[in-house]
Amino acid sequence: MMGRGIWFGISIAIFLLVWEAVCRFFGVPPFILPPPSAVVVSLWDLRASLVGVHLWATLQEVLLGLSISIVFGISLAFAMIRSRIVERLVYPYIVISQTIPIIALSPVFILWFGYDLSGKIAVTILFTFFPIVVNTYDGLRSTDKEMLQLLKTMGATNGQIFTKLQLPSSLPHFFSGLKVAATYSVAGATIGEWLGASEGLGYFGRRASGNFQAPALFASVLLLSILGMLLFWLVGRIERHFSPHMKTKGEQQ
Amino acid sequence: MGEQLAFADVSFSYGDKQILDHFDLRVEKGEFVSLIGPSGIGKSTLFQLIAGLLEPGQGEIRLGSVAVANRLGQVGYMPQRDQLMPWRTIVENAALPLEIKGMKKKEAHERVRQQLPRYGLQDWADSYPAQLSGGMRQRVSFLRALFSGAEMMLLDEPFSALDGITRMDMQEWLMEKWQETGSTMLMITHDIDEAILLADRIIVLSGSPITKPIELTVPVSRPRTASSRNQAGFLALREQIWELLRQERQAATKPLRREA
Repeated sequence: MMGRGIWFGISIAIFLLVWEAVCRFFGVPPFILPPPSAVVVSLWDLRASLVGVHLWATLQEVLLGLSISIVFGISLAFAMIRSRIVERLVYPYIVISQTIPIIALSPVFILWFGYDLSGKIAVTILFTFFPIVVNTYDGLRSTDKEMLQLLKTMGATNGQIFTKLQLPSSLPHFFSGLKVAATYSVAGATIGEWLGASEGLGYFGRRASGNFQAPALFASVLLLSILGMLLFWLVGRIERHFSPHMKTKGEQQ
Repeated sequence: MGEQLAFADVSFSYGDKQILDHFDLRVEKGEFVSLIGPSGIGKSTLFQLIAGLLEPGQGEIRLGSVAVANRLGQVGYMPQRDQLMPWRTIVENAALPLEIKGMKKKEAHERVRQQLPRYGLQDWADSYPAQLSGGMRQRVSFLRALFSGAEMMLLDEPFSALDGITRMDMQEWLMEKWQETGSTMLMITHDIDEAILLADRIIVLSGSPITKPIELTVPVSRPRTASSRNQAGFLALREQIWELLRQERQAATKPLRREA
């Protein structure tokens, strides 16, 4: 793993150097493509408002939206597994919803939930709810049939089958859904802010773009990317915590 | 000795396909019986009936000489593939049937830990199944089955996924465990040598539906070892079973051709 990190560091360094060199030697106008050094300077100059105000606002939307999606997504997946009627009623809509361009739906949510925090949270939920429901439900449904039979021969009740087999075997599916949702959540919050906001990195970036402040725009994009990566990493950490057997997979005999 | 398992006049169908037709079978307490027969004849159905996953259409199945309506949770089932849960440690896997019976986790784990040294698994107690070899995993699976129902053990081709050498080791190991536990064992296998080496009695299943199984007593004295395979009685029985299975296969392929 250490070796991989070093290689990634080298490739990033080369990428940044080439970028910087192209900007300087070809005289690219900074309002089209600012050199990375200008982005860093801009990030430093604007740190108080970028990190203190806008990153904080976006983080709030992301975390609240994602949390609500997790709670309701898991609940709906459980309800569908438990009740055939709920499954029959709801599942078709979940499949259909996958084909709807959610960006197009976002203004509707802003219309309904307003231009304040709740509107952005609603858009974030719109982006993150379905990957969580679909993956959790598929995970719960994909229980190994032979394992199920074995548990039944042991005299397991339905409740025991759920807690000892279905739930743990669905965890990897749930977490892959959550990883998708974690990265989508940043996109959702950003779009929510584009549609109307007075703070947040999406709002900041759009305003910087309108004013041709490319270094500031890139600085906000950089922060949003880091936020997405951090969330993704965090979900991976939580997953490893809940499934310790995955750590040992590399040491198979 | 008494009766441990009995099928009395049992008939069973899967949809239109009749698997068992007035089938009778009796297994004594502490006996080791091998079931052998062509694939697809319904051996697994037989196991599912014994375990209680299926109910007979007609007739009764007795466990320990009483007719038991709900047999779930009463037998130890050792499946073909070990079916260990990858997210549970070895102790947690083996303790599963105890937990299902309502025992406290701590107590269940304690009981498993006491048994592990006899299975050569004490150093692997807190490892995950992916870290163990195929043979070790089957030993865990066996231990788990014992905790589920030691009196009547159903072994469903337990060694078919193992390599040849491990398989022979495991056969001797199973003989040892059978002596130790005194469990009644019913084993499905496709391997004639394995069937003879381990069993007191071999049941050759034939016909569709299965009506009258052919029962053969193994004339090889115990204790047996790998070299028991060279005894005259062993070889003669192997020849006899092979002949029975060959006849069965010829009989089974004829109607197929007619259909085609």
